[in-house]
Amino acid sequence: MSAENTTAPGGWIVLGATSAMGRAFARAAAGTGAAVALAGRDIADMDATASDIRLTTGVEVSVWLFDAADPNAPADLAQRAAAWAETLDGALNAAVFIGSMPEQDEIDADPALIGPVARDNYAALAESLHRLAPLFEAQKGGAIIGVGSVAGDRGRIKNYVYGAAKAAFHTYLSGLRNRLGRCGAHVMTVKPGFVDTAMTWGLPGMFLVARPEEVAESCLAGLSKGRNVLYVPWFWIGIMTIIRTVPERIFKKLSI
Amino acid sequence: MTSWAEIPLSGWGRLSAPETLAARPERAAGFDAAVDEALDAGEGLLMRGAGRSYGDQAVLKGGRAVLTERLDRVLAFDPETGAIETEAGCDFQRLIRAFAPKGWIPAAIPGAANVTMGGAVANDVHGKNHHADGSFGDHVEWIELIAPSGKPRILMADATGRAEKDLFRATIGGMGLTGAIRRVGFRMMRTPGASAVVKESRAPDLEAQLAALESSDARFSVSWIDAMGTGAHLGRGLVEEAELSGAPPRSLKKGKTRVPFNAPGALLSSLVVKIFNEVHYRLVPAGGRESLKALETFLFPLDAIADWNRLYGKRGFRQFQCVLPPDQAEAGLARLLERAAAAQAASPLGVLKRMGAAGRGRLSFPMEGYTLAMDFPNRPGVEELLVDLYAITEKHHGRIYLAKDSILSARELDRMYAEAGTFRNTIAKLDPHGRMRSDMSERLELSARHAAEGGK
Ligand SMILES: Cc1cc2nc3c(=O)[nH]c(=O)nc-3n(C[C@H](O)[C@H](O)[C@H](O)COP(=O)(O)OP(=O)(O)OC[C@H]3O[C@@H](n4cnc5c(N)ncnc54)[C@H](O)[C@@H]3O)c2cc1C
Repeated sequence: MSAENTTAPGGWIVLGATSAMGRAFARAAAGTGAAVALAGRDIADMDATASDIRLTTGVEVSVWLFDAADPNAPADLAQRAAAWAETLDGALNAAVFIGSMPEQDEIDADPALIGPVARDNYAALAESLHRLAPLFEAQKGGAIIGVGSVAGDRGRIKNYVYGAAKAAFHTYLSGLRNRLGRCGAHVMTVKPGFVDTAMTWGLPGMFLVARPEEVAESCLAGLSKGRNVLYVPWFWIGIMTIIRTVPERIFKKLSI
Repeated sequence: MTSWAEIPLSGWGRLSAPETLAARPERAAGFDAAVDEALDAGEGLLMRGAGRSYGDQAVLKGGRAVLTERLDRVLAFDPETGAIETEAGCDFQRLIRAFAPKGWIPAAIPGAANVTMGGAVANDVHGKNHHADGSFGDHVEWIELIAPSGKPRILMADATGRAEKDLFRATIGGMGLTGAIRRVGFRMMRTPGASAVVKESRAPDLEAQLAALESSDARFSVSWIDAMGTGAHLGRGLVEEAELSGAPPRSLKKGKTRVPFNAPGALLSSLVVKIFNEVHYRLVPAGGRESLKALETFLFPLDAIADWNRLYGKRGFRQFQCVLPPDQAEAGLARLLERAAAAQAASPLGVLKRMGAAGRGRLSFPMEGYTLAMDFPNRPGVEELLVDLYAITEKHHGRIYLAKDSILSARELDRMYAEAGTFRNTIAKLDPHGRMRSDMSERLELSARHAAEGGK
């Protein structure tokens, strides 16, 4: 791994490469000339994305199985990443798009779902990044993008279990930023508002919905500007500032 | 489990937008599941690409729709032969951006960049080079689809068995009625690069237009036609001839102008259009002009304005497109243009083009001759106008392009398309319960009647 060469495009691990945002990000990252490693659960689907990226951009693409439900997944990932980093021309980078959002009423009916939600949106991701962190310290550079959600900014009746897991991830990323910043690696937290993905397909009450490609472009643009926390689209920072400042005695009566 | 949501789906002409139960799979496995569920539900399945067909072909009231836009990947490419394999939702823009710089583009490219490969097969689309290179279906090597029975099939272009051949020819230009297309394998053609040298010249009347198109030996040729011109100006326009080029194009404009709301009707009043057309005609100097354009600018002039269909206001618009055989072209086109000009209803978008050989599909639109396309805002009287234009088309042995149609009758279809009966027979055998459907297929009586299920 040769992070000294900071202009070389390096490589991106894309965790959650079968999600619409993950796929769009992998394409955008490949567009900058970076190699990509697609990590996720559906190998057949990632093979298709890998062919697409290889044929349309010419970069190297790898496909890795990563199932957040498998307790060995983070360790396996770190092992592959270490070997892959050796082959890269430039720094290793990682972007995390994994998440799951069961309906709040499904969770209300079966609170045992809270464990998997915490795992898919926080624990498995934090463990993965934690196991990757030494690689970033060793190369003294590279970037990590962690995709959370505006839902993590405040607990709302509609999805507070999901929101709580996202909030944990945000807090983790903030700490990781603090740690890795010391050695020259950068961690960016991304909080998307409504994005047009399978997760939001057909949900009522969607507005100002962003396309996955827009989120991907914003991520790369935000990174090049060295942003720490990025709301996409940008106006969500305003919406969330308002939502965060509503006093709790009023907020607890709202059902937004 | 597939996630189904009620969303309004309309054709590009925005005539109506019925709420439709729709799924938009993001993975290949999700595509199969959605198609299977929709076929089983028995309410009718409509496959839908980018929704760039104008009328009711990609609309199905009360049925289910599977949207392919998220399955847009290139799966294989041979840089020696230009053979390529894509998912059905891959669009022309992606292919041109990725492959034109490497020396390849699809051999038939329609005038809208977002048209998908599924849609390209389903209407056997043609481009400005049709007279030289044929239509999309001519370059298809195989199609992988899920048949209405739910069974996956691969249809080969060079199949020799009668049933296989039949199915292939029903699928090219078959409006999605033979099954849900998963993947398409086709050949691209060589290009020296991602630009085009474009020559424009004035043609003062119809005769001059036809003569110019007839004698042109350019790879790409098309005419803009002033559909408001009358008398000595009848059929006047600008002939555009182009060759592919490797010269570095000027950079593409990044941002798009977007039409944010429905425009007021006055924007397309006949006076405004007349003035626009006059200015547009005179902008090209009498001696003609030549310019180097980025390929996308040349191929997709309308796409510079996103959602331009909203310019027609909330009542939407209709497009008329026909093709007339060579010996009927001059007389027939004159009648069509006279009728359109008399109605004073046209928009600035009139296009005339020479077409080459007929397509391979039973219902392929292209055939040797001349094709004319005109847009009309959907005002009172426009249906009567279209009925007249259809009658003139039929009288001159022409046919209507189904991708643009919203009013043709089953009987008219039979008279214009000699193989419509064969197509119906194939569909009746393949899909006896009429599981694959669209509002158009019902109107044209192409999907089998489902009497067993209690009729329509
Ligand atoms: C501005 C503009 C310019 C155009 N210029 C041209 C032109 O120059 N030449 C030309 O030939 N056409 C032209 N067209 C028409 C357009 O190319 C066709 O209507 C095309 O079929 C649209 O493709 P789509 O992906 O939008 O499909 P849709 O409009 O969504 O669907 C069209 C048909 O394809 C079927 N279909 C789509 N995907 C699948 C699938 N996966 N499996 C089975 N069936 C499927 C649908 O069921 C439907 O019958 C133009 C349209 C516009 C808006």
